[in-house]
Amino acid sequence: MFSRQRIKGLIKKEFIQLKRDRPTLVMIVMIPVVQLLLFGYAVNTDPKYLPASVILRDDTFLTRSIVSALERSEYFRIAGAVFSDNAGDARLRSGKDMFVITFPDGFTADVVRGKAPSVLIEADASDPTSVSGALGALQGIAESVIAKELKGPLADLAAVRPPFSFTVQKKYNPEGFTRYNIVPGLIGMVLIFTGVMMTAMALTRERERGTMENLLSMPARPFEIMVGKICPFIFIGFFQSGVILFLARFLFGIPVLGSGGVLAAALLLFITCNLLLGYLISTAAKNQTQALQMSIFVLLPSLMLTGFMFPFYGMPEWAQYLGSCIPLTYFLRIVRAVMLKGAGFADVAPNFWSLTAFVAIITLITMKAYKKTLD
Amino acid sequence: MDEAAIDVRGLSKSFGGRTVVNSIDIRVPKGRIFGFLGPNGSGKTTTIRMLCGLLTPDGGEGTCLGMDFRTQAEKIKEKVGYMTQKFSFWEDLTIRENLEFVANVFCMNRVSERVEKALKGLGLESRADQLAGALSGGWKQRLALAACILHEPEILLLDEPTAGVDPKARREFWDELYRLSEAGLTVLVSTHYMDEAERCHEIVYIAYGDLMAKGSVEEVIAKTKLKTFRVGGKNAAKVREALEGNPAVATTALFGEDLHVSGTDGEALKRLIAPQASENGLSLDEVPTSLEDAFIYYMNRAKEN
Ligand SMILES: Nc1ncnc2c1ncn2[C@@H]1O[C@H](COP(=O)(O)OP(=O)(O)OP(=O)(O)O)[C@@H](O)[C@H]1O
Ligand SMILES: [Mg+2]
Repeated sequence: MFSRQRIKGLIKKEFIQLKRDRPTLVMIVMIPVVQLLLFGYAVNTDPKYLPASVILRDDTFLTRSIVSALERSEYFRIAGAVFSDNAGDARLRSGKDMFVITFPDGFTADVVRGKAPSVLIEADASDPTSVSGALGALQGIAESVIAKELKGPLADLAAVRPPFSFTVQKKYNPEGFTRYNIVPGLIGMVLIFTGVMMTAMALTRERERGTMENLLSMPARPFEIMVGKICPFIFIGFFQSGVILFLARFLFGIPVLGSGGVLAAALLLFITCNLLLGYLISTAAKNQTQALQMSIFVLLPSLMLTGFMFPFYGMPEWAQYLGSCIPLTYFLRIVRAVMLKGAGFADVAPNFWSLTAFVAIITLITMKAYKKTLD
Repeated sequence: MDEAAIDVRGLSKSFGGRTVVNSIDIRVPKGRIFGFLGPNGSGKTTTIRMLCGLLTPDGGEGTCLGMDFRTQAEKIKEKVGYMTQKFSFWEDLTIRENLEFVANVFCMNRVSERVEKALKGLGLESRADQLAGALSGGWKQRLALAACILHEPEILLLDEPTAGVDPKARREFWDELYRLSEAGLTVLVSTHYMDEAERCHEIVYIAYGDLMAKGSVEEVIAKTKLKTFRVGGKNAAKVREALEGNPAVATTALFGEDLHVSGTDGEALKRLIAPQASENGLSLDEVPTSLEDAFIYYMNRAKEN
């Protein structure tokens, strides 16, 4: 049915053409690097002096020492004291403060009694990356206060367990989209962007250059031509994902917790899915401009409805429904689970089946849409 | 009758309601070279595209190499070499890579050997690693020719293969065509060159979608019943002006100082020209009607309809 020699010949042709297409090559390398650096560093900034207010229900040497330690850490700028929970909430909601720090009644007494009370820190996590640095510093702040204040007769308190702690309550974005979370999304975006765009041009370019007539007059089957067209970009897709994972690991210290094999399988499926989608576009588009427009039409919903920008389960039901018709949704779930939570294949299997179904369906539609003639 | 390599009847195609090919019959016996003539936009390219399965015909039936050209296009493609009117090889591949690609797509064995042989035949061994896009127009044509006979097809469909090719290369190309046709290759070649048309075993003439004439060059000329006179001398061009618009005159053409005048009614034409010629002191004699005269005659007649 299919000839290996022919498919090899078709793949070789595409590789050679790609090799000579400088602008495209530059784009393939630059897109993941630039995107990651942009996102990575934009979110990596470690903002200081974030506005905070304090609800001080227990005014003692210890609580004052904690407050001044918070200020000394340079992460917190204590704007002042508020006196009710409602006032604190309002300041948080209006964005006047990013933190409200509450010391409960009898805090110091509880510390002395060894009851290990906690300081409640409510954080505005809608911008999770900016508060994450401050929250990360809390542990150190607690230790420095303990070392400084609990001396002499109180020293035993620190021996058994921490005499007090901070309880962090994230508001507005409990899932905490941090830069950890941005990496899987970034891989997905870069793969869609290059995958769909590149292959969307595949046939339109042949058509515009007049070489399509020649290709069609040869005994190459539609499936063989398709394989030839998308094969090089599967390698490209893996290369780009590799670049992102590598930079994420070595610039931002974001490791892949789960299995590399499961990740690779998800990549393969998702890359193929995008390439097929692009190829489908190129069978339908009359020229490259049209192909570009159609690609953007694919790109936008992937940005909006898949949990890349907004948390998936925070979207209205109809949007979730639309989102579940987009491959990126499933890819994101797999990669987030595997990279960040160390999930195994069994945990994410349903998403794999969805991606596989997309690949099969798009292939079928493409083969139906492919025109073997010029009319 | 000989076995036909191409045998189609009633071939028709219209684009957006405009009929471009109107119920054409073409029968090309095996091993023959058929010329395909017609003015620009007459439907030559469209016909050839339908024959090799690149366009779906609106009507018509028939066979190529014994296979139904409507349903077995994929099989037919393996045995047909099609050279497009516009250069359609990959300009960002080298000459060698283009040939290799063709060889692979046609699943040929001994790819590199055949490619080297084709390069040698072209005389392009030294430039084999140059991008095809960097070739001059004539060389592109020659590369395309070499590429479309690489897989040793049984039918060659050539759409103006020698446009822009120099005379020597053109002669070599025709020598090659004769050699291949002797070995059994069937050729359908569209051309606007009369000398090439005269080299064909037979020609098919279409104008604006209609088949106007077919047969050997002599037959096609004879069928016009044109008589042609040559007026020779200094002021032949003046005579032409005087004859302009006269219904007895079908075509006029200047060849250097000579004027050729053709018309279907020889006697009437002679009566018309003789006084003009003697008045200006010019010679007047009857000459054989050329294919070009016939070509223009057919074209004008097709326009009238
Ligand atoms: N894809 C198409 N869509 C619409 N009209 C077309 C298409 N292809 C060809 N035509 C029209 O069909 C007619 C015949 O075109 P065709 O290319 O077959 O002529 P041709 O005989 O090859 O001309 P030439 O000698 O200039 O190459 C022309 O009027 C052309 O405009
Ligand atoms: Mg043409």
